[in-house]
Amino acid sequence: MDWNFILFSLIKIVCVIGAVLTMFAYSVLAERKISAFIQDRVGPNRVALPLIGSVPVIGPFLTRIGFWQPIADGLKALLKEDFTPSYVRKAYFWLAPAIALIPAFLTVAVIPFGSNLGHQRMVIADLNVGILYTFGIVSLGVYGIVLAGYAANSKYPFLGGIRSSAQMISYEIAMGMSVIPLFLLVGNLNLGQVIEYQARHGWLILYAPLSFFIFLVSAFAETNRLPFDLPECETELVAGYNTEYSSMKFALFFMGEYANMVAGSAMMVTLFFGGWTLPFAGMDQPAATVLMGLVHIGIFVGKVLVLMVVFIWVRWMLPRFRYDQLMDLGWRRFIPLALANILVTAFVLWWRSGS
Amino acid sequence: MIVQRKQLTLWERLYLPAIIAGLKVTLRHFFKKKVTMEYPEEKWVVPEGYRGAPYLVRDQEGNTKCVSCQLCEFVCPPKAIRIIPPGPDGPPADRPNAEKIPLEFEINMLRCIFCGYCQEVCPEEAIFLMKDYSLTGTSREEMIYNKEKLLELGGEHRGIQKWKQKLEEAKAQATFPGEV
Repeated sequence: MDWNFILFSLIKIVCVIGAVLTMFAYSVLAERKISAFIQDRVGPNRVALPLIGSVPVIGPFLTRIGFWQPIADGLKALLKEDFTPSYVRKAYFWLAPAIALIPAFLTVAVIPFGSNLGHQRMVIADLNVGILYTFGIVSLGVYGIVLAGYAANSKYPFLGGIRSSAQMISYEIAMGMSVIPLFLLVGNLNLGQVIEYQARHGWLILYAPLSFFIFLVSAFAETNRLPFDLPECETELVAGYNTEYSSMKFALFFMGEYANMVAGSAMMVTLFFGGWTLPFAGMDQPAATVLMGLVHIGIFVGKVLVLMVVFIWVRWMLPRFRYDQLMDLGWRRFIPLALANILVTAFVLWWRSGS
Repeated sequence: MIVQRKQLTLWERLYLPAIIAGLKVTLRHFFKKKVTMEYPEEKWVVPEGYRGAPYLVRDQEGNTKCVSCQLCEFVCPPKAIRIIPPGPDGPPADRPNAEKIPLEFEINMLRCIFCGYCQEVCPEEAIFLMKDYSLTGTSREEMIYNKEKLLELGGEHRGIQKWKQKLEEAKAQATFPGEV
């Protein structure tokens, strides 16, 4: 029993879960503020804590950017009545939010969020089949929504759940196939090796922009975000699969959606944007000092935040896809495109290695 | 007439130009000035003739103008006004030109619909809808304003002004444009 390893892994797990939860809370706030700014209005700017809110310059500034709003949201979710309607299937009703949330957290277990800090590698599970694990876990995410729709025993959630599950399984295929060219280039499924390859040869987005595009659109579809959010939109199905859910369980679904977004962004940063490296200032070597390690973690978090802003920005910009257009895009356009991408990449690699 | 719809070009069908245009629009709006009015700090300008909360007024000598005719009580659509008239042996009026004064005058602000009928029907110009729009209270009883509160919030209103207004209207009619 390597107690050292277990201890440090537990510490890393706690830190990562804390970080993801904090990012969830503040990405809800960011979504409200960014969507407000895009729509020519101000977002939440009134919540102020009793003591800290009156500190001279910082206090009003933080109140104006709504920094304490997640605390108010969290309190609301805790204190609201959490009822179970009588007509639902109780077991699935209780399980569904948990099953929707857990895969999102599991996905971030293989992502390297830094190089190392002292002697500890900054990744919870340095699997040699990192990306296969990820896609396996992402497929589990469908179950939560299917169960939610089925358990609620009512028309709209059921339709929402069915649509969502069909959408998610279609785009998983495109997502999986779109990253194969990257692994043909890198030669190794280990995510740490992918980042090392990018540090040596430049970011993989430059080598495979089409892969990035397909992966990005599939990530939108996987997390049920606009423009693919038919399963949960308000105009079509009152709230889709989360109609019957109230405070805490709804908060868990919400958390699952945003945690999925964070995990998807982290995946994209690792695969396409170089993870924790930056191409200059020697930041592409594993850290020698603790300070450099922290800087690497900061770079990673910064890139994930940029991608989260892109997620939010696109949501408030594009109209929704109709369901048949959505399925058409997933099966009839992306899969042939991804296959062609794999073939072309393989051909180019063979040509370059042959001659 | 058949509307000719142009086929979308390949470039347009990829939706990429539309997406880029959308990105530009949202980015532009992100940096524009916001139209939100931050309410308690910035308030809007109440226009003339705005029908706010109804209040009783005093005249320039400090007498209440209301003579408890109860016309406003009868015309009020949601029956928000309740007047208790003095009766034959109640207290006399506090000014020489009036015969009676209301013993108690209550307006339930929670029932008031701010229609202005009471102001329109009052023969003494004693009740007016002022510019007060945000009425708050912590209980239903607190929102039933009694005579003292109404008078205090009403302020002063000199004399009878409707004759002046009728005079203006008559003059306007005397100079009616266009001869027979």
